Amino acid sequence: MRLPFRAVDRRDLRDALALAAAIAVVGASFGALAAAAGVSPVLIVAMSLLVFAGGAQFLVVAVVTAGGSVVAAVAAALLLNVRHLPFGLAIGDTVAGSWPGRVVGAHVLIDESVAFARARPAGPRAHAAYWLCGTLLFTAWNVGTVAGMLAGAAVPDPASFGVDAAFPAGLLALLVPALRHPDARRVGLAAAVLALLAATVLPPGLPVLVGLLGLLAAGRMPAGPERGARPSGPRAPSAGAGTDADDPPSEGPPPAPGTDR
Amino acid sequence: MTWPALLTLAGGTYLLRLAGLALRGRVRLPARVDRYVDLGATALLVALVATATLLDGASFAGWARPAGVLVGGLAAWRRAPFVVVVLLAAATAAALRAVGVP
Repeated sequence: MRLPFRAVDRRDLRDALALAAAIAVVGASFGALAAAAGVSPVLIVAMSLLVFAGGAQFLVVAVVTAGGSVVAAVAAALLLNVRHLPFGLAIGDTVAGSWPGRVVGAHVLIDESVAFARARPAGPRAHAAYWLCGTLLFTAWNVGTVAGMLAGAAVPDPASFGVDAAFPAGLLALLVPALRHPDARRVGLAAAVLALLAATVLPPGLPVLVGLLGLLAAGRMPAGPERGARPSGPRAPSAGAGTDADDPPSEGPPPAPGTDR
Repeated sequence: MTWPALLTLAGGTYLLRLAGLALRGRVRLPARVDRYVDLGATALLVALVATATLLDGASFAGWARPAGVLVGGLAAWRRAPFVVVVLLAAATAAALRAVGVP
């Protein structure tokens, strides 16, 4: 498999490694939990390799452990993964321009790889970022799963490290470039409110999809050429700062707040 | 957990992932639709952040996690490096839990 790692930016590598470290910890807790629930080692390893969707994997094990039916567990987990379809639609051109790339790239399409690529300027940088993040996280998740399964009860609760806060914060950071556009901010705010309201009555998976109704707040398409500067659309190479993705290559402190790059 | 269940979950998840990518390759989207597809991805990700920050299932996740995400989010808005954002969020939540905040 020829991966575009030559085009990988060093800062992107550092950021992806941070995510990989966090996902390895969660993978370890999945391995330990599934083993404690009595899932066979082969099935645990196969699940992380073949499903590679943390939320769905935890959900299935939880439902089965609680005595629920396997069919209900799988249906609930698939519902949780429906969001991957619109993600693929949004990021298709970034993943690969042709079939073989998409067939392989589909397996590493997760929230983090999508958000990671969208936070970079569209084109080679976003393409390399998608594959870097996807393959690193896939590796970390599976290594973590095996380690957790072997360590069993010795695996500490990830919450004691605050890992449960690290993931939403990381996703939020990756969304910052997009959220600097007023229309995306309106949509995002509406999506958050609607999803939270829906979560009080709907099963897992649906509330996030209800968030799509936030599109009603999109308003009209802004006129002018800056529209081309949307994070996942074709855009000027310098647009969309917000993570440090567009910082100069020095390792110095970030520019002062409000600095317009 | 059984093999048929696992393979159904794996196959279904993969097809959901591939379907979006495949659709993208087949249709040429007008700019207006493209904008909604792009904003839709933002909507889903923000909804995911909101629910993952505040909720465990349908109940409140406690204060430590949203406090951590808030600190990380402020750092991100002020253009702190990504690694700093992630570490600040985790450290804030972990520190609050260490002193007894749920």
